[in-house]
Amino acid sequence: MSEPIQHDDARTFAGVGVSAGRVIGSVKRMPDPVAPPADGDPIAGGATVEEESERLKQATQAVAATLKERASKATGDAADVLKATALMASDRTLLKSATKLVASGTSAESAIWEAADAVATQLAALGGYMAERATDVLDVRSRIVAELRGVPAPGIPDADEPFVLWAVDLAPADTATLDPAKVLALVTSDGGPQSHTAIIARSLGLPAIVAATETTALADGDVVFVDGINGTVTRNPGDAEARLAEAYASRTELPAFDGSGSLADGHPVPLLSNVGSGEDAAAAAAAGAEGVGLLRTEFCFLGRDQEPGHEEQVAAYRAVFDAFGGRKVVVRTLDAGADKPLPFLTDDSEPNPALGVRGYRTDTATPGVLARQLAAIAEAADGSEADVWTMAPMISTPAEAARFAALCAEAGLKTPGVMVEVPSAAVLARQLTAEVDFASIGTNDLTQYTMAADRQLGALAELNDPWQPAVLHLIKATADGGAAAGGDGSPKPVGVCGEAAADPALAVVLVGLGVATLSMNRRALPAVAAILKTVTLDDARRIASLALAAGSAGQAKESVRAQLPDLETFGL
Amino acid sequence: MAERIATIASRVGLHARPASIFAEAAAEQPVEVTIALEGEAPEEALDASSILSLMGLGAEHGTKVVLRAEGDGADAALDALVAILETDHDAE
Repeated sequence: MSEPIQHDDARTFAGVGVSAGRVIGSVKRMPDPVAPPADGDPIAGGATVEEESERLKQATQAVAATLKERASKATGDAADVLKATALMASDRTLLKSATKLVASGTSAESAIWEAADAVATQLAALGGYMAERATDVLDVRSRIVAELRGVPAPGIPDADEPFVLWAVDLAPADTATLDPAKVLALVTSDGGPQSHTAIIARSLGLPAIVAATETTALADGDVVFVDGINGTVTRNPGDAEARLAEAYASRTELPAFDGSGSLADGHPVPLLSNVGSGEDAAAAAAAGAEGVGLLRTEFCFLGRDQEPGHEEQVAAYRAVFDAFGGRKVVVRTLDAGADKPLPFLTDDSEPNPALGVRGYRTDTATPGVLARQLAAIAEAADGSEADVWTMAPMISTPAEAARFAALCAEAGLKTPGVMVEVPSAAVLARQLTAEVDFASIGTNDLTQYTMAADRQLGALAELNDPWQPAVLHLIKATADGGAAAGGDGSPKPVGVCGEAAADPALAVVLVGLGVATLSMNRRALPAVAAILKTVTLDDARRIASLALAAGSAGQAKESVRAQLPDLETFGL
Repeated sequence: MAERIATIASRVGLHARPASIFAEAAAEQPVEVTIALEGEAPEEALDASSILSLMGLGAEHGTKVVLRAEGDGADAALDALVAILETDHDAE
């Protein structure tokens, strides 16, 4: 951070800003994963068995010493785990079996790889906690091989000073070991706005840029300015960038969410949370969420070879309902297919799974699973105080909406609804919502389908942006359709439960377009609540019309942000 | 050959933390100590200073294990190690 700033070699790289914030720091690159050595690879370069064994022993001791050193600086559970992994690195039994392989002419790299594999397999067979430790053994093995090869240890780099982490993309396993006290910002050359990198950055409140293709040119130690608001990374930043980073550092702390979302004029905008388990629901309730706007029921099903039983489903849903007694919980029925395959429900040979049998459509191909799930939801709802609403994902026609409403009625569920993710559903929103009681817009998929841009492709990140005016027009069409479908009675409420609702500037636009409720990751609640409080409903409508009139996502974002000075105050 | 039987006191069994404490203590002893589940043949016994061997035993709370050592100081070493196994380190 205190490195001298060079002005002669400043260069700005463009990407997509997925989490706000502006910081200056030095880059650390995520090392490449350790490639496995060839099976039974022989000792190289004429070294003797004794020399090779000694090289192996030195490497295990060096890794043990590094891990021990890290353990001495850590506290609590992290210290215990690091201490145990340090002991694994210098484990005599492991070294003995690897040395035996070296004695038969195998290289140190290949020997430790094979010996550790045997241990990991044994631990994995014990199941449960020990099976998790098998991962630690494999991690230690990669570290020893990296040490033998003289390359950096795998995983998130360790450093005394906080740094800007650069990676191609981050996997869920990497994000689990990411220490927010050590990482200032995330920059990736790949990934998109819905990537794991983006999701973890938003949940930890770290500035992040994804799909910044040319940042592969960044090297360890490069000083960069990361602008999560504009989606740029500047190498060798100057005074202007330093001032922006200082302004961000001295931002006003966001007040905690008081549990009641509303605009400056008192117009209520209930702020709900997206949850994926009973535990998640309890955390969301503690964060002040006014209900659950999206309960992802996949948590009951994923990783299963068979459909979970009735009682198991009832217990899982009940746990969420109990966390929100007296409040609204919107349950989304199973959304399998595409990036969430299930062996008993989806066909993995489809050439184009995003446009295949997924979401509600699986009920036509494999009838029964949905009806049984609805029965479980109904029973869980019966014994709880929560106001349970039920919606189906990937509805494309009014006929599908009508049939889903009929299934809900059969199960005894009183508030059926649909998700609007397919453009056809947005265009025919009036006819569609006439068949049900509410709609909820899934902006991630609606964006992917409107722009015909795969969510998982970093190269299409610019298209895959909910700020795209075409997406905003479809959101407006949905809200208008819901209002019209009510006829003379009360309008059919339309909510948003995608990542778009977690962006405070976009939240203002959504409300201005007629969206009634916003559901998001619980960590986004304080920021969204604070910015909504700065505008009236008239302001929000005027700001939304600016976004609708824009010619590009960038222009829409820029013109809206210019109307919301408090974003800067809070560093959002 | 000195021999002791100890009952695992840790509520979680010989998991990472209790196993670390025990493996480190075993490594500090002047004699080589082996560990086996009660009833297993002495030839099956594992190096008590190896955390991976300890974890691979799959010893739960209440499991009985046999410690063995030979030579000068074997008795004192085993007494010290039994005391560690019979302490619930997770309660500290």
